[in-house]
Amino acid sequence: MLELLALGDTGWGDELLRGAGMTVIVAVLSFVTGVAIGMTGAGAKLSGSLLLRAVAEIYTTVARGVPELLIIYLFAFGLNPIAQNIAALVGYTERIDFDPFTIGVVAVATISGAYSTEVLRGAILTIPRGQIEAARAVGMHRWLVFRRIMLPQVMRFALPGLGNVWQLTLKDTALVSVIPLTELMRAAFRASGSTREPFIFLLAAYALYLVMTSFSTVAFERAERHFGRGVRRA
Amino acid sequence: MDLELMVRSAPAIAAGLPMTLGLVVLSLLIGFVLAVVIAQMRLSRYPVLSRFAAGYVFVIRGGPLLLQFYFIYYGLSQFRPFWEGIGAWPVLREAFWCAVIALALNTAAYTSEIIRGGILSVPHGSVEAARACGMSRLLVFRRIVLPIAFRQALPAYGNEVILMVKATSLASIITIMEMTGIAKKLISQTFAVYEVFIVAGAIYLLINFLLTRVVKYAEWRLTPYLRERPAPASTAAAP
Repeated sequence: MLELLALGDTGWGDELLRGAGMTVIVAVLSFVTGVAIGMTGAGAKLSGSLLLRAVAEIYTTVARGVPELLIIYLFAFGLNPIAQNIAALVGYTERIDFDPFTIGVVAVATISGAYSTEVLRGAILTIPRGQIEAARAVGMHRWLVFRRIMLPQVMRFALPGLGNVWQLTLKDTALVSVIPLTELMRAAFRASGSTREPFIFLLAAYALYLVMTSFSTVAFERAERHFGRGVRRA
Repeated sequence: MDLELMVRSAPAIAAGLPMTLGLVVLSLLIGFVLAVVIAQMRLSRYPVLSRFAAGYVFVIRGGPLLLQFYFIYYGLSQFRPFWEGIGAWPVLREAFWCAVIALALNTAAYTSEIIRGGILSVPHGSVEAARACGMSRLLVFRRIVLPIAFRQALPAYGNEVILMVKATSLASIITIMEMTGIAKKLISQTFAVYEVFIVAGAIYLLINFLLTRVVKYAEWRLTPYLRERPAPASTAAAP
């Protein structure tokens, strides 16, 4: 049975590994985009503007309250038409066709971003208001306050939460297999279909996911230690 | 945006609601019982039990739910003669029961960690007091530890319930027509992506909103001692 997992032409091992590579790429891109969305979203949620707050609130409620799969379908079927409509507004009338990769990253980033928004909002709120006032009083402008005072602390407070978001994102990438994008899940499924030996391939794919999630746990622990250096623990 | 289409598609999508709720309720019930057992094993003095429980939680939480669905639905069916031999095939043949098994096994892992946290938060003094009153171990667990632990774990469990509602959508991948499956079918038939998404999404949001209300209410009911006491008239009148 194990020869089915061989690398090269005789087995499906290399297809699975390539799928795992695609999973990592989609997960990293979605996560990073999600954190960027999260920064914006957290800023919007904490801003004085009622409109911004409402938009951010609707976004996080919908993206976290609706099944991930439904959101994937929304982007799979809906991203091209809406892009077409927007493009038509500026006079671009040619056909727009996003590939499954782009659709997958946009969809997973949208989900990931909603969770990041909440994590980052919580982290920003833990910074004592006095620090920001003090920095402003010293004469730092807004951007400098953000970069020097807020960001280093937000990173530290948000890391455990972002670690959870990363794990969610990594596992959510399995859903883009329905788009269809050949990441680890789909690679395993295709191998199962052509050999009629689903057990071994699904098991191998599962093992690869476990390797990825365990590795991430260690990496985030390291990062937490790095950003927590110089802080005495309770 | 086609309002009429939204109105027309609403009953079709809502027809999947009983299936969605059925999956949620069944898998939560089975999952909860499993979770209590796993949490107990995890906290057991015997390394075999606690290692097994820790391994189970690690494996389930470390992989995507979709793969767990596939594994149970497709992966296990490869050994059909074996399942027929032990009489489990009638269950594993049905996509519905495969979905329930996958969801229950999944939520059991997450819930066991929630319960474990709850159990660890039970003050040791309460357990000692109950033992001193002469309660047996099982009675202490049932009457003292579990209620306190559950109360403590309720907010986290509420989140898990909502995750479960969302997770049932994956059952559509293994041919079960619950709400997401119906929504997908409607989208590919009518190409009315946004209308169908809004209707289906609204139903999911409504369920989750109601569930958070129920959890909030349960929390309030279970913590009477945390509520502000009505001020007695005499103290209120004191200068």
